[in-house]
Amino acid sequence: MGPQHPSTHGVLRVKLKLDGERVRGTECVIGYLHRGVEKIAENRTYQQFAPYVDRMDYVAAVSNGLGYCEAVEKLLNVEAPPRAKVIRTIMTELQRIASHLIWLGTHALDIGALTPLFYCLREREEILKIFEKYCGARLTTHAFRIGGLQYEAYDSFEKDVERFCKDFERRIQEYVDLLTGNSIWIGRTRNVGVLSAGDCIALGASGPVLRASGVKWDLRKAQPYAAYDLYKFEIPVGTNGDTYDRYMVRMEEMRQSRLICLQAIENIPAGPILGKVGKVLKPPAGEIYHSIEAPKGILGYYIVSDGTTQPYRVRIRPPSFINLQALDKMARGHLVADVVAIIGTLDIVLGEVDR
Amino acid sequence: MNPALRDVLVFLQSWWVELVSGVVIVAVVPLVAGYLVLMERKLMADMQARLGPMRVGPHGLLQPIADAVKLLIKEDIIPDNADKMVFWMAPVVSMTAALTAMGGIAFGPAFLVARDINVGLLFVIGVSSLGLLGIVLGGWASNSHYSIMGALRSTAQLVSYETAAGLALVSGLLLAGTLRIRDIVHAQEQSGVWFVFLVPVAFFIYVVASIAETNRAPFDLPEAESELVAGYMTEYSGFRWALYFLGEYANMIVVGAVATTLFLGGWLRPFPNVHWMNWLDALPALFTAAVGAYCVFRAGKQPARVQVWFMWGVALACFAVALILGVPVLPLQVVAPLKFMVPGLHGAFWFLLKISAYIYLFMWLRFTLPRYRFDQLMHLGWYILIPLAIVNVLAAGVAMILETEYGWNRWLALVVTTLFTLGVALFLLRLNDKRAAAASSAAPPPEEPSTEDSYAG
Repeated sequence: MGPQHPSTHGVLRVKLKLDGERVRGTECVIGYLHRGVEKIAENRTYQQFAPYVDRMDYVAAVSNGLGYCEAVEKLLNVEAPPRAKVIRTIMTELQRIASHLIWLGTHALDIGALTPLFYCLREREEILKIFEKYCGARLTTHAFRIGGLQYEAYDSFEKDVERFCKDFERRIQEYVDLLTGNSIWIGRTRNVGVLSAGDCIALGASGPVLRASGVKWDLRKAQPYAAYDLYKFEIPVGTNGDTYDRYMVRMEEMRQSRLICLQAIENIPAGPILGKVGKVLKPPAGEIYHSIEAPKGILGYYIVSDGTTQPYRVRIRPPSFINLQALDKMARGHLVADVVAIIGTLDIVLGEVDR
Repeated sequence: MNPALRDVLVFLQSWWVELVSGVVIVAVVPLVAGYLVLMERKLMADMQARLGPMRVGPHGLLQPIADAVKLLIKEDIIPDNADKMVFWMAPVVSMTAALTAMGGIAFGPAFLVARDINVGLLFVIGVSSLGLLGIVLGGWASNSHYSIMGALRSTAQLVSYETAAGLALVSGLLLAGTLRIRDIVHAQEQSGVWFVFLVPVAFFIYVVASIAETNRAPFDLPEAESELVAGYMTEYSGFRWALYFLGEYANMIVVGAVATTLFLGGWLRPFPNVHWMNWLDALPALFTAAVGAYCVFRAGKQPARVQVWFMWGVALACFAVALILGVPVLPLQVVAPLKFMVPGLHGAFWFLLKISAYIYLFMWLRFTLPRYRFDQLMHLGWYILIPLAIVNVLAAGVAMILETEYGWNRWLALVVTTLFTLGVALFLLRLNDKRAAAASSAAPPPEEPSTEDSYAG
């Protein structure tokens, strides 16, 4: 299957060992989209590298940026001002919704439901419009700066976010009507690609994949970053760890993200948006690891500084890459049609897998 | 006279109806199929909050023609490893089967029957099943994994669902007592009610099975895009591909026509025998006139002059049709000689309307439902639909015996037997759920203790 197959979400190639239509083994061939992001980092200054991380998980660029900016801030030992933190949180949660919408649309399309994709893109469009109004870009936004934000929130920012959130509750019900109770959908997803909690932890899977197996682990709660400690939200968990549970977990996460956004726009503190960082960033020699809960799982940045303006080494822990390892475990014994559903439910982005 | 010429004339004399019908079918069906595609795209767009094709002609009305031209001038690629002769022939077989099946269908009481065969329905079903041959040949000749898998799936699926569809038709045929298409509709006229109300379960089974037979969602596994790229059509391009495509849409029309003939009263208007409902006869004319009026209304809003003209053209055509349909039903002495047109033209109108509704249902389902997995599809076919269809045939038979031998009221007999069938259906579904639960609670498939490197090389 692949690398040019309509349902591999980019350029993933999967070698399947089949017995009739039953899968006996899989092997992923990756690297078609390798751009050497980590190596590029070594030849760029800290600020110059920030836009590059947007090109990893390109459907969740804002989250990538947040992780990187916070990692460098940790290295510099500065903190973004509270106003910047809250705006970052709102943007990141909107991005989480957008990323999950893309997942839902393509996942449903893989399983043969054509319509949810267009509904999802319609809602995502609203989010992208907010991004565009905020920073001028829709996809690879480079929305944040090291130390805070470059742009002040535009005038009707709160109003736009609120309107989106108000609408979104009704919209999400449309997906629920189309899919959740549909017996074909349940038949295609329940007991497909089961991962036990133990398997998930052994494989290092994170994000919704881990939570659907019943492990309540979300960095937003476990190691709060940005402004997540200010807001109340639930961490949805599944029980079986099958594709249906992952679907339910992501749907609930969208609702929770919506609630976080609503809480956050209630009270955006006033104040500066950029902390005290110089024009030239020269972090002290040392190393740092910072991870955030990206839409797809734990996104970690490990940065080694040698005291110059350029990082000595940047290592990125991409959630897609590590979640993809579970494919073989999940697909064994299922049919070819299920492999498509399983790739969809892992929610991988090849830009991030290959970097 | 030249004897050869005379032979030709004699031949023409006895076969001219069939020849004309054949020419009409070959000329019209591809066009209709093209517009079905447009209709599908527009409907899909509407349900998905989009506009669909808008560029070619007003509201994309000329899109099918543009598509046809594009497909005609495309390069005709035949893969190196393909079996060229079979590869070349397969789409033709598919298309021919679908078009030939059309010949057996009666669109109206007076005309548009290529030949009124005494086993008409059987002919239509049999010939349209031959299209499967084209799919199998195409899949095999392409010599590619996706194609052959698509073809295999197609075969398995069509064979299983053909059985269910056939059995569902049998219950309808029991009521009609004939296979001749014209007589089937007459039987419904005499009984005063469409058969769908007498044997609803059979109609339902036929709907499901015919969706599967035409390879449409949620049973579109043979061409499941996300799994098999395009199934048996993967290696086809250009006009060969278009032939498959047309065959598929022509097949949709055929199954729609069969369902309409047997279950939905063919060309009969609703309430065919109720005299105070005669005003329904004016409906075809009013309907087309309304479409025309809408075009006039929209014409002023078109941005380009050519589009305005086009809209006016469509409007005038609609008005002309409305006139043809409407004049014969006017209660005037002058138009009395034209009365003969009513059954034929109006019959065709109602028939096409019913087929459209049937196809609309197909499309609606396609946009709404996800796709079945192959084993689930086979399960549904063999464990639920076929047993249910068999029970339904028996039940319909019992109902007829109760009516004729024991003098039961027909409705009572049918209600009792239908309730019985529904009970069986519930039982089957229950059984299926239990089986699924048992399967899922069973141990997961054993891990392969494979020591060899399966990917070496």
